[in-house]
Amino acid sequence: MAVRTEPFVLNMGPVHPSTHGVFRMRVTLDGEVVVDIEPVFGYLHRGIEKLAEQRTYAGIIPLTDRLDYISSMNNNFAYCLAVEKLAGIKVPERAEYIRVIISELQRIAALLIAVGAFLNDCGAFFTPFLYMFRERERIVDLFEMVSGQRLTYNYLRVGGVSQNLPEEFLPALRKFMDMMPRFMDEYDRLLQQNEILIARAKGVGILTAEQAINCSISGPVLRASGVKWDIRKDDPYSIYDRFDFDVPTQPAGDCYDRYRQRVEEMRQSLRIIEQAMKQIPSGPVRAEVPHLIHPPVGEAYGRIECPKGELGFYLVSDNSIAPYRCHIRPPSLINLTALRDMVRGWKVADLIIIFGSIDITVGEIDR
Amino acid sequence: MMIVDFIATGQGHFQAIPPDWPGGFWWHWLFFTVVVIGFVLTMVMGVIYIERRGMGRMQSRLGPNRTGPFGLLQPVADAVKVLLKEDIVPAAADKLVHWLAPVVAFAPALMIFAVIPFSNGALLADLNIGILYIVAISSVSTVGVFMAGWGSSNKYSLLGAMRNVAAVVSYEIPLVLAIVGVVLIAGSLSMNQIVVAQNIPFILLQPLGFLLFFAAGCAEINRSPFDLMEADSEIVAGFHTEYSGMKFAMFYLVEYAEAVAISAIICTLFLGGWKGPLLPPWLWFIIKVMLVFFAMVWTRTTLPRIRIDQLMAFAWKFLFPMAIINLFITALQVLAGWPTQLMWAMIIVNFAVTAFMVLIWSRLFFRLGWGRIEV
Repeated sequence: MAVRTEPFVLNMGPVHPSTHGVFRMRVTLDGEVVVDIEPVFGYLHRGIEKLAEQRTYAGIIPLTDRLDYISSMNNNFAYCLAVEKLAGIKVPERAEYIRVIISELQRIAALLIAVGAFLNDCGAFFTPFLYMFRERERIVDLFEMVSGQRLTYNYLRVGGVSQNLPEEFLPALRKFMDMMPRFMDEYDRLLQQNEILIARAKGVGILTAEQAINCSISGPVLRASGVKWDIRKDDPYSIYDRFDFDVPTQPAGDCYDRYRQRVEEMRQSLRIIEQAMKQIPSGPVRAEVPHLIHPPVGEAYGRIECPKGELGFYLVSDNSIAPYRCHIRPPSLINLTALRDMVRGWKVADLIIIFGSIDITVGEIDR
Repeated sequence: MMIVDFIATGQGHFQAIPPDWPGGFWWHWLFFTVVVIGFVLTMVMGVIYIERRGMGRMQSRLGPNRTGPFGLLQPVADAVKVLLKEDIVPAAADKLVHWLAPVVAFAPALMIFAVIPFSNGALLADLNIGILYIVAISSVSTVGVFMAGWGSSNKYSLLGAMRNVAAVVSYEIPLVLAIVGVVLIAGSLSMNQIVVAQNIPFILLQPLGFLLFFAAGCAEINRSPFDLMEADSEIVAGFHTEYSGMKFAMFYLVEYAEAVAISAIICTLFLGGWKGPLLPPWLWFIIKVMLVFFAMVWTRTTLPRIRIDQLMAFAWKFLFPMAIINLFITALQVLAGWPTQLMWAMIIVNFAVTAFMVLIWSRLFFRLGWGRIEV
């Protein structure tokens, strides 16, 4: 006798332990199987794009901190690139190196959170999460040295960075760089061959390369699907063309590959920092930029490879002190577009880890 | 007299007491009721402390260390906190079921201890079917859990309760089959007799049975990695999502009382119960319970959670065949008289079987990911 069942709608979020903030999904379930989901955004909307139109070019930088608050430095970087492109500002050599070092450190910090949160979603009761926070703490300490802040740094400026690196920064960074590979090996020993993790994540939530490209997905999620696309290599900004690093990719595009991809990217970031530390010149850290920037009429799009993917700032100038329009391309939101195709037919537990493996920050989705 | 002796020296001499024992019966009953309740509540506080501190150390943090020396009073502080919390009942809840569920869940957890021996003969009721009683009673908690899931009229709760029922029904079988091996060797169903029969701890004779029981026991009581009935990253808090205040505390208590119960059963069946040199028996018992519980904390901090279909596959395709094989081998050995005559041979053979099963079998024949079954 077949038991008549009917699907029911489960409202996941906005208050839920693993929706990474205040994201909400309306999930239609057939027992444990996900039939359909419908994401609902907007719980963290602050109108950053509109606010940006009321502010001077320099005054927007603190706003960008609040986009993806776990990779603030990268957000500053993308925005400053866009303004520099718009106003034709040349950044001093040392500032470029500082930017690269800082941005790669921030990438490691953000990827640590991404991996930790993903494993937390898998149900590893906070252990990997806290281990990764231990290392992130060291990075945040480094950031505190340079900017005085621990979360929203507001460190980069149009035409450079706000201040030179303090004396103790490079030795402290050296110490971190010596420790980090050891910690990465520790994570790998703990997790890479973990039977349960493999069972949970391998083959789950497959995103094919074709799908990923069609959804214009970027970042680790795209590369985990086997597409070799990294803006640092394919459209080099700043001084990334001077460094020798690889763009790792993974074959399958499942949750496990996305996890591995992030770990590999951290290793590449370490390589970049290593080279940048050797090459860093002395000199000014900030170009001579007027207090109020009046860029010529026109538009510019500055993009960087941020930890979650392609972060872009599209600025339109009307020669006033504030941008006429500031549009943000948030990687979190665009990476999320494939979620529905990825989770259909999987179970509730898989929905959570697939969602976790995409790695979103709600601050960026609801600007 | 006898009781004072027992506490002071651990040399108390409790005989198996028939229900019609004149005079002393009520004393015995009263004393052990108090002992059992006191033991469970203090042990729960102890294991909560161990879990929180141990987990803190394993997760490279400190754990609670503000309340009292070394944070020892943290469980007390927790208890006071939950007592003062408002008790919220959802408007759509089935009030009676919602109210009754924590009680239904808690009572069996306490009742299990009626047959756990703290020393030779020191137990509330030396049932000659003690282990059968435990198996029967321990699954009653599921009713409470399902009542909670249903009565809350919350979808997360319902999902959690469904998962719990499915898991308990499946894991009961390997659990019982793992016990049968011990029972065959000991030749008795009485918990006290099983301990008395352990000249060496049965973990040496039944290593595979121990592992099976440990895994199935963890699944029975929702310990990680089988904690998907209250998977906080998926279904918020599972069946007790809608509980607050003292009712939540009851469920919290159930969770740890069951953990202590399973630890105590493991300790009685496999680790020689109260037996041990030098220290008084009850202290040995507590130490062993704590050790087993510590192993549970360890797995909880180390392993990710498995999925519901993998949980089912693990029970039916992995634990169940292994339990059958273990039972078969043990039965043959008992038939050949090995437990009494060739104990060392039995130890060697059973450890070899365990190594083969756990290492080779799980690598070649069973992988969690392959064992998909639809639920």
